[in-house]
Order: sequence, then structure tokens, then C-alpha cells
Amino acid sequence: MTTPLNLKELSKKELRFTAGHRLCAGCAAPTVVKMILLAACDYPVVVASATGCLEVSSCISTYTAWKVPWIHNAFENAAATLSGVETMYRALKKQGKIDKDIKFIAISGDGGTYDIGFQSLSGAMERWHNMLYVCYDNGAYMNTGIQRSGATPTFADTTTCPAGSVIPGKPQHRKDLTRIMAAHGIPYVAQASPSHWPDLMKKVRKALEIEGPKFINVFTPCNRGWRTRTDDAILLSRLAVETCFWPLYEVENGVTRITVKPKEKKPITEFLKAQGRFKHLFEPGKEKLIEQIQEMVDKNWERLLKEEEMFAPKQETQ
Amino acid sequence: MTKIVAVTGNEAVANAFRQVEPDVCAAYPITPQTELMQRFAAFVSNGQVKTEMILVESEHSAMSACVGAAAAGGRVATATSSQGLALMWEILFIASGLRLPIVMPVVNRALSAPINIHCDHSDAMGARDSGWIQLWSENAQEAYDNTIQAFRIAEHMDIRLPVMVCYDGFIISHSIERIEYLDDEVVKNFVGEYKPLYPLLDVDNPKSYGPLILTDLYHEVRKAHSEVYKKVPQVVLEVAKEFEKISGRGYGLFESYRLEDAEIGIVILNSAAGTTKDVIDEYRDKGVKVGLLKPRLFRPFPYEEVGNALKHLKAVCVLDRADAFGGSFGPLYLDIAASLCNFKEKPILINRIYGLGGRDYMPEHAGQVIEELIEIAKTGKVKVLKEYIGVRE
Ligand SMILES: Cc1ncc(C[n+]2csc(CCOP(=O)(O)OP(=O)(O)O)c2C)c(N)n1
Ligand code: SF4
Repeated sequence: MTTPLNLKELSKKELRFTAGHRLCAGCAAPTVVKMILLAACDYPVVVASATGCLEVSSCISTYTAWKVPWIHNAFENAAATLSGVETMYRALKKQGKIDKDIKFIAISGDGGTYDIGFQSLSGAMERWHNMLYVCYDNGAYMNTGIQRSGATPTFADTTTCPAGSVIPGKPQHRKDLTRIMAAHGIPYVAQASPSHWPDLMKKVRKALEIEGPKFINVFTPCNRGWRTRTDDAILLSRLAVETCFWPLYEVENGVTRITVKPKEKKPITEFLKAQGRFKHLFEPGKEKLIEQIQEMVDKNWERLLKEEEMFAPKQETQ
Repeated sequence: MTKIVAVTGNEAVANAFRQVEPDVCAAYPITPQTELMQRFAAFVSNGQVKTEMILVESEHSAMSACVGAAAAGGRVATATSSQGLALMWEILFIASGLRLPIVMPVVNRALSAPINIHCDHSDAMGARDSGWIQLWSENAQEAYDNTIQAFRIAEHMDIRLPVMVCYDGFIISHSIERIEYLDDEVVKNFVGEYKPLYPLLDVDNPKSYGPLILTDLYHEVRKAHSEVYKKVPQVVLEVAKEFEKISGRGYGLFESYRLEDAEIGIVILNSAAGTTKDVIDEYRDKGVKVGLLKPRLFRPFPYEEVGNALKHLKAVCVLDRADAFGGSFGPLYLDIAASLCNFKEKPILINRIYGLGGRDYMPEHAGQVIEELIEIAKTGKVKVLKEYIGVRE
């Protein structure tokens, strides 16, 4: 029987990512991992992690926070590593040496996903391995000290694109990896946020039930890198959804569906002003920059609405 | 019953793979390795083996997938050459550090730049300190025999380390030779059932692979790891002894050819050893006491045994098919020098670099080296310590 996704039932389940890890207080990554593993609670799972904050803090010497089989290989190869694990699983299953229904989950930061690990991710998806790849996107290389990544939002202040008098933080656009993954034509791609945990967990569960490659991009605030308070990870991820900076949607077999539509679309300033990494945007004379960000957010949101409309069941015309 | 065939080195090794039948094989094309995995893929396609192939998008992912598959708990193999091995470099250390028994033929080829597809040993030499066991092979027969033995060595419970089987690109990989194949059943029995150790797929007993280890323990972990290598030569010899029983072909840590009563000697790896042995025979007929040492287990290097086998000579030339940038000596030379440095009586050593990027190694070159050694043995004088041979003027 599948465990219902409600707090009462889930609270009875054993946590498979335990306390005692050494991630920063208030880091959203362990929350996201716990949600994923709880959603997967009806299955045995094997997890592969890429090098990054989550990895270096969760398994140190003989102490591990993982109560599931876990492998860390290197920074850019979580997908390739798990391809190997999953292929061995199929080989041994065919030979009758394993009979369990095991699920395979890769978890990597945005650096290890959008940038250096993109080749191995794209390859694993194209080869159609039966795995779920989750990116916990905190928008920078946090473990090495907040350097910009392909996921860093425009104009964010990072240590390799610091906001200076000439360059106002990261000049480029954020790579829209979720769309790129959807373009792989894989059966399931989604964006999720820990602020909307039932949505996140439903997506994980749905993904795990689908045969083939799946990708979920999870918004994951980092208080060190974003220079925010330590208790606002959920607040910030909610603001990201409500401002449409991080729309919650899924692309299932090519069909796009927005899973959470904000009742009222908040201005992007609400999301930006809470974060030290955007502080410079609120100095006098920088209004244009915020406008630019708002335009980008609006454009992406409209595009997404149109995309959804394209696939919506057609109304009968009289 | 053994079967005698005429096949290329790649075909012979593909057949070793077929007979061993790994559970998972990763593959990515690179000349001159490509043909090996192509042939093996055909065995898979035709249902001759149950192996699952992972046709990856790069060698980096090939090795990464092998690490995952081996940790998962089954028999794993891949193969590569040159740039492919260089691209794997990062993960080679992880495979050995995690003690994963992966077997990988390396079909030796020069490294870029300039790009060149032909044989030399700079690829495998670049990986010599990655913690992989390296077996080197003179010809297709040895490549086949070493590949089969490699699985036993890698998977030995005292060892659990990855193994590279090196053989020369084109010279061996693409030339047709006479090979004695063992029976499929004989090979199957020899390698036996794979015994998993701490498999990741044992979900009831979760294991963590690849933890972070900091200053408090890293040093100790590395020391413990280095201890494992001490057991390798013994295991290699045990496996060789068993292999001799099924094949009639004997293998050691290295091959000594007319070395016992020799006064001068040549140390050389892989295919060029064959040519050198012929020339040695010619000089022996003329009364010159010359012999050869051909390393087989190159990593871990059996320093003591090699030193003892060479120490009585007057002069030795180490022929390297790889040079080192920065004006250093060839890699083989450095190991031979290290194996002899603590003996009171030891030969004079010279280093000659030959055959880079597929340059032919001719009998004349062996002759030239022997003439020079005769002179050194007589006079005790070395003209040049390190020099390229066979260079076009
Ligand atoms: C090949 C390689 N290059 C660089 C690094 C250094 N490195 C380790 S973790 C990391 C950043 C990880 O960033 P991300 O994937 O975004 O995860 P986060 O730390 O933000 O959670 C980097 C650059 C490495 N380990 N390997
Ligand atoms: S630096 Fe950021 S991502 Fe890393 S552990 Fe701390 S809060 Fe989490």
C-alpha cells in the first residue's frame, strides 16, 4: 500500500536522512532531501551525490547521515555513476540475483548539474536510465565559497562576479535548465520548492513511478550565499514561487502543466530585498536593473502560461 | 581443448571479455581501442553474453559508470586508449581509492599534442600512479591471457583493486597473430562466480561509498591503502600458477630472457621485447652475453625482484616508449634506477627513448643499443645518459 502524503502518515515514517549532518543551520538542502526520501518512503532507494555542500557535510569519515545506500564519486558525475549502479541492478535482476524493486536517485547542486555535470546528466537521460535526478538549486557554487554558476540569477553578487562599480553582479541570464531537460524528451521534468511540500512530494512520487529518466529541479535557499537570515529558507522559497521567479510546473510526456499558480503575482522586489546578494540593486540609480529582472521574470512566466495553454484540453467551440 | 586461431589483439581481448562475461561494460570509442568494444558489442547484440552495455557519452562517464556499477556489486570492465585514459584520470584514483575491481584494457597510444593515433606508452604512464594494477603484454596472446588473469587479480578478496591490461596500439591491437584460445568453460571456471563485497544494492545493509576524510584520518587511510599493494605480487604469482595449469603458459612478475649469465642487458616493455629477443639471439650466436628483462607487473613495481635480476650486469639500457616533459628520464628508466640504487655492485644505466607516436622499432635499433652496451661494459664510460633513437635527421 502506498503511504498517503499527509503529515500524520509521513510522521510515522523513519527519516532516511538523519540529524547529525553538518550542513549550516537553516540550510534548505537537508529539508529538501528529507522531503524527497519521505516521498520515496515506500521503496528501497540508492542515492548518488555529487561533490558539494550536501555531500561534504553528510558523510564524514565513519559518520553518515544516510540510512540508504549512498555513493559519492566526484563532482560532475553523479548521473554517470548512478547509470552504472542502475545498469548493474538491471544486469543482476535479469540474472535473478536481485528481486527487489529499487529506485535510483541522484542528488546534486546546481554547479554539479547546470555546469560541470551537465554532460554526464544529459548523457544519462539520453540513454534512458531508470533514475530520478534531483538538482537542489541554491544558485551558486556554495561549497567553494559562493562562486557564480550557470544557475546564478542575473545581477546576483557572488565572489567571482562581485557587484562592483562597473559590473553589477552576474551579468548573464540564468540558464533555464528545467526547460533544457524537458527538451531531452524524457517522460518527466518538474520544478519544485520546499515551501510547497505536498507539490514537491507528489512530483517526486509521480517521477518514481515512471519508467525511464526523470529530472526535478528544486529551489533550495542557502543563507550563507544569499546573505539572508537563517530561519527564512521556506519563506524565501515561497516568495520565489509567488513572484513567479521559480514557477512550479511539470512537463509530463511533453505536456506542460503549471502545478501551483500564485493567487496574486508579487513584485520581484519582495524576493530580492530579503537577500544580501541583491542589496546593491536597491541603491539609488539602480532602478533600471530591478526593472530588467522584473521583465525577465514576466517574460518567462508568460511564456510558461502560453506553453501550458498550448497543451490544455481544447474547449468545444459553439 | 585449446583452439588455435589467427586474430588481431583486439579480437583476442574481445573474446576474453566474451568468455569472462562481465555483468556490466561501459564503452566509448577511441582508436585503436574502438574495435575491441565493437566486437564485444556484437557478442552482446547476438546474445552470446548477458552483459549490459553502457554506451556512455565520454570516457569520464565510462569510468564513472564503472565505479557505480562495481560498487553496486558485479563484474565490470571497460577499455580505452590515449586521450580517453587521460580524460578518465580523475576517476581512476576514485576507482582504486574505493577498492573497486574494474578491469580495463589500455590499448597504448600516444598523447596529444600533436594528435597521433599510433602506439607509445605515454597514456598508461600518465596513469601509473593512479593506484591501478598494471599488467603489460608483449603480444596478442599475452593480452588475452593477461585480461583473463586480470579479473582474478582484481577480484581477489585481499586485493579488490582495478587492473589495467596494456598492449600496443596497432602493432598488437590490429595485427593478426596466432592465438591459442582457451575453452569457454575453462575460462568461466577459472574466473569463477563474482563475489560482491559491500554491494550498494544490498539495500537492507546500507553502505556509504566515498565519504569525506579530513586531516584527522586521510594520512592513515592512504597508508592502509598502500599496504594492500604489498600483497599484489604474491596474488599475481598465485593466479599465474593457476593459469599455467589451464593453459600451459607460465607468467611471472617479469620475463627474464637469457639474463642469468648475461653481462649486458636491455629492459623494455610490450611488443618491442619480441624484436629485441630476436636480435639478442643473433648477438648470443656471436658470443655476446646479452639478455633482456621485460616487466609484466609494472604497478605495483616489483623493485626488489627486478633489482636482484639485474644487479649482476655490467651495463643496462632501459628503453622507454614514453618520454617525460621537463627533461626527466623515461618512466621505466626511473623505476629500474630505483630498483638498483641501493646495491653496492650494480650496472651502469642508460636510457633510450624509442618508438614515439608509432615510430618503428627496428632490429637495427636493438643492435645499436647492444653495440653501445658492449662499449660501456668494456670502458665503463657513458657518452650520453639519455637519448632518442630512431630519430630522422
Ligand atoms: C572537477 C572538480 N572541480 C572543482 C571542484 C571543487 N568543487 C567542489 S564542490 C564545488 C561547488 C559545488 O557547487 P554546487 O554543485 O552548486 O553545490 P553546493 O555546494 O552549492 O551545494 C566545487 C566547485 C571539484 N570537487 N571537482
Ligand atoms: S553554504 Fe549554503 S548550501 Fe552550503 S550548507 Fe551552508 S546554507 Fe547550505
